Amino acid sequence: MKQIPKRLPVHSKVPVGITGFDEIVNGGLPRGRTTLVTGGPGSGKTIFGLQFLAHGARSCNEPGIFVAFEETPDQLIANVEGFGWKLSELRPKKLFFLSAQPTPDLIQSGTFDLNGLLAILSAKQKSMGAKRVVFDALDVVLALLPDPAARQREVYRLHEWLVTNHLTGMITAKTVRGEDAGAPAHHPFGFIQFMVDCSVILNHTVELGVSQRNLRVQKYRGSSFDENESPFVIGKNGFDVAVSRILGRADAVVTNERVTSGVARLDTMLGGGYYRGASVLITGFPGTAKTTLSGAFAEAACKRGERTVFVGFDSDSTEVIRNLTSVGIRLGPHVRSGLLKMISARTLTGSAETLLVRIKALTKEHRARCLVIDPVSKLSKAGNELTAHGVAERLIDWSKADGITLVCTSLLDEMSNRMDGGTPLQISTLADTWIHLNYLVQAGERNRGMSIIKSRGMSHSNQVRELILSNSGVTLADIYTAGGEVLMGTMRWEKESASRVASEVAEVAGQLNLVRLDAEETVLEVRAKSLHTELLAKQAEKILLARTTQTRNREQSSGAKRIRELRGADPAIARERKALK
Amino acid sequence: MSAPVRFRFCLFVADDSPNGAQATANLAAICAEYLPGRHTIEIVDVFKVPARALEANVFMTPTLILLSPAPVRRIVGTLSQTEVVLRALGITKQAA
Repeated sequence: MKQIPKRLPVHSKVPVGITGFDEIVNGGLPRGRTTLVTGGPGSGKTIFGLQFLAHGARSCNEPGIFVAFEETPDQLIANVEGFGWKLSELRPKKLFFLSAQPTPDLIQSGTFDLNGLLAILSAKQKSMGAKRVVFDALDVVLALLPDPAARQREVYRLHEWLVTNHLTGMITAKTVRGEDAGAPAHHPFGFIQFMVDCSVILNHTVELGVSQRNLRVQKYRGSSFDENESPFVIGKNGFDVAVSRILGRADAVVTNERVTSGVARLDTMLGGGYYRGASVLITGFPGTAKTTLSGAFAEAACKRGERTVFVGFDSDSTEVIRNLTSVGIRLGPHVRSGLLKMISARTLTGSAETLLVRIKALTKEHRARCLVIDPVSKLSKAGNELTAHGVAERLIDWSKADGITLVCTSLLDEMSNRMDGGTPLQISTLADTWIHLNYLVQAGERNRGMSIIKSRGMSHSNQVRELILSNSGVTLADIYTAGGEVLMGTMRWEKESASRVASEVAEVAGQLNLVRLDAEETVLEVRAKSLHTELLAKQAEKILLARTTQTRNREQSSGAKRIRELRGADPAIARERKALK
Repeated sequence: MSAPVRFRFCLFVADDSPNGAQATANLAAICAEYLPGRHTIEIVDVFKVPARALEANVFMTPTLILLSPAPVRRIVGTLSQTEVVLRALGITKQAA
């Protein structure tokens, strides 16, 4: 959202005091101008107007006047008693109710104007210093006017009066469903929408039997606003408008702090646990121990002394506690100590938006740092899926903004989502950490496998682990992969023991082999030694032989010479002798 | 024949508005024609005495209140449709 710089001459704003609404319009309604609130029957127009006045009178020191054209003030006050605004306390100094219902026996002849009303209001405004005025169900009195020109004239009169008296005005008027913003020209009072400075449309629809309230700011002169339809709930304290946290708002504290998941090996797989304030999604088919994992988280949080809320949609809190005790997760003591609040949301009804608002309220009330919603996919069943997605988004945004670590489980539809693993709420794309639990059916067994599909901002294991539930707790075992197949449960055990035996056999065999090789080595060494000796002998023999041969040869040649000399008969010798002489 | 009934009117107007002037004129004309000599008209300007308007719950102007004879009746508007006004006040042309 664009923020208008303060130096621009923009009229100041009047806070309405409705959670979410003031954010949509960047602060409130235009001061000293007129706002139109339209909606069908039961859409909350009157409550909107009353909340605007109650907030002004109580928190802004701006007394207000409520002009009731339809209901009597006493009825109105009784109707909103449940919201805890304590309107009777504010009367009549801070909040004045003007009962202006046309009497049923009213006889009319010719046109009229609203000067009488304005005269009374002017006097009241002066005496009580009113700053805010609400004209509730103005259409009732406008309908009495004989022609459109007269209606227009009277609305202008009101508008003028508000402007000249520096009053922030609100006009509520009925619309028939389907006739809101689409076709103002066809609406009998459509012109009001053109005249006012701000126009808010309230919608109340029923989708698949579930009520859904929406609010939309149609126009706001001179200010930016959130143009989309925002779901709202009329809750314990009046209006509660759901707005997505505006991105870039610096209220989300990001930390590197880790919180344990409650399962030691899972923490290791995640490199230390979940991030504080992160949103964790645990998906899986029914019975894959989603609740158990989230229960382990809740128990760990309570052990750290952190206030925790556990919202269970599937079973009663006492059942959850009992069931988790069977796997060594003891939530009971923490419930008794008040750290843990278990909410069985089966009793909560309404649209996804209503549920979110209730969960938010309960979490705030409990001042929880950790929140478990089991399963969050139930939200989509409660209303139409379109808004439920928005709800999941807001749930995560809200928990992040408040620094609440959120663990939610989501049931996967076994039939439709087996392939893509997506969740009905598409929360999987929003969650920071996504843990998936699965069954592996093998050799007549069903075993639970756990893997981390994603975990933002941390290194995490890529291994599938077997999730083992025992009465001593939740543990994760390495799975056995052999020949490209993944083994779990008994088969894993069998394979593991088989491989243990095999390795023992191999060890013995290895040792035997070693002994054998040692022996062979020794033999060879001995052989090598004797051969070497033999070699030396042969070498000596060879040298001896060579020497003998040489001597013999020399002896032979010198012998022959001698013989020739002795004989003296050979010419060659004689020549030699001659030459010598 | 009993004494003629006296009609007491209170007409709330917003001083300078044309509607008020019209209503005053219409009422005067009706009284002159049908209730000659047996009517009292008080004209209240809502801007001058808003307390009176609040007291009488007058939000729309002009408003004519017939205080007596009972029952109290009120007619909103410029009183331009004489027929309607007469019927509302219980005056028949013959009775005049």
